[in-house]
Amino acid sequence: MPERLDQRVLVVIPAWNEAGSIASTIAETRSARPDVDILVVDDGSGDGTADLAEAAGALVARLPFNLGVGGAMRTGYRYALRENYDVVVQIDADGQHDPNYLDELVGGLTDADVVIGARFAGEGTYRASGPRRWAMWLLAKVLSRMAGVALTDVTSGFRAANRRAVTVFADHYPAEYLGDTVESLVIALRTGCSVQQLPVEMRPRTIGQASQSTLRSTVYLGRAVIALGLALVRRWPAATETLGLEKS
Amino acid sequence: MSSTFTLGIIGGGITLAVLFEMLRRQRLREKYAVIWVVVVAATLTLVIFPGLLSWAAELLGVQVPANLLFFGALMLLLVISIQLSYEIGRLEERTRTLAEEVALLRLQQGRDATASRTIDAGSAPTTLGAHSVEPALPPELGVVELRLADSTPGEAPNGRTTDRR
Repeated sequence: MPERLDQRVLVVIPAWNEAGSIASTIAETRSARPDVDILVVDDGSGDGTADLAEAAGALVARLPFNLGVGGAMRTGYRYALRENYDVVVQIDADGQHDPNYLDELVGGLTDADVVIGARFAGEGTYRASGPRRWAMWLLAKVLSRMAGVALTDVTSGFRAANRRAVTVFADHYPAEYLGDTVESLVIALRTGCSVQQLPVEMRPRTIGQASQSTLRSTVYLGRAVIALGLALVRRWPAATETLGLEKS
Repeated sequence: MSSTFTLGIIGGGITLAVLFEMLRRQRLREKYAVIWVVVVAATLTLVIFPGLLSWAAELLGVQVPANLLFFGALMLLLVISIQLSYEIGRLEERTRTLAEEVALLRLQQGRDATASRTIDAGSAPTTLGAHSVEPALPPELGVVELRLADSTPGEAPNGRTTDRR
């Protein structure tokens, strides 16, 4: 592995009602990389996800109510920044992301500030269809152009960020649905971070199903385009109200 | 006196009374009350001097004076709605920041408690903050975070809302 051994890595797992899969995700992550710290950000779950995560030995930050993935991740990035971690890796709690790719993603940070574990990049068999597929295609095209490298799966939540990107995200990680993946990439690029992707194979969710009805997909497309458009015309870094800790 | 006059006076009077009572009970903040008081004042002026509306309509080339009134009223309500949307958005962002902060503080508190228990078990002297076991964290962290209320730039520090009783 090309990564440095002295890097402190924090795995952030945003979890909302993932009681069925959180413990195995933590255990798997731990067995893939015993040296990393694991922070589960419990996004206002009502099913005891936080307690299960704590019992599984992870650090748990409990949000008092549901904020969405964006809020959970910003909490994770803030924690990482305050506790001086060098790398943050986001892994979904539903078991979609294979922690065995952790080393690869972290290793990829030698060439970029943000590394995305991407589904359509050759490995795996994931297929989306209909408007959702068009949305992903469009988002990928625009972001690839911005990044200067080919990005095929910009909505992937499986990603690693180095300290530079963590500093940006701790302050500016967006809250809107979809914003958390697409907009955060735009923010990273607009603030001068470099982005690249590595092919990963995603597994089917262990618990629950992604909603795939046509109406929902169409709404997804619309929101994706709006989120991207806004992210492109917004001024970054934005004037956010934070606690002053994250501002350097 | 026409019924328009009576209706206008009654409507304006009731609105003013409600505004006053809400302000008195601290259920409404001055900055939101001001705009409504101005609206009531304008309405009453038009009720008492109906000629003003006709005069303004003629000046602007609007054939039916009532249309000018409707247009003005709609624009005003639109602007106020947008202003309120903005305020809600800002409040949501602040709530989000606070929620994240609460989560992090609770995590830190739990870790501190665990750390001091460990120190107790080792019969070492217990420090209140237990930050000694957490070198990555600046010791003044707790103090810094308490400054939240007055660290937001360009904001009146008196932004207290009253709680319901």
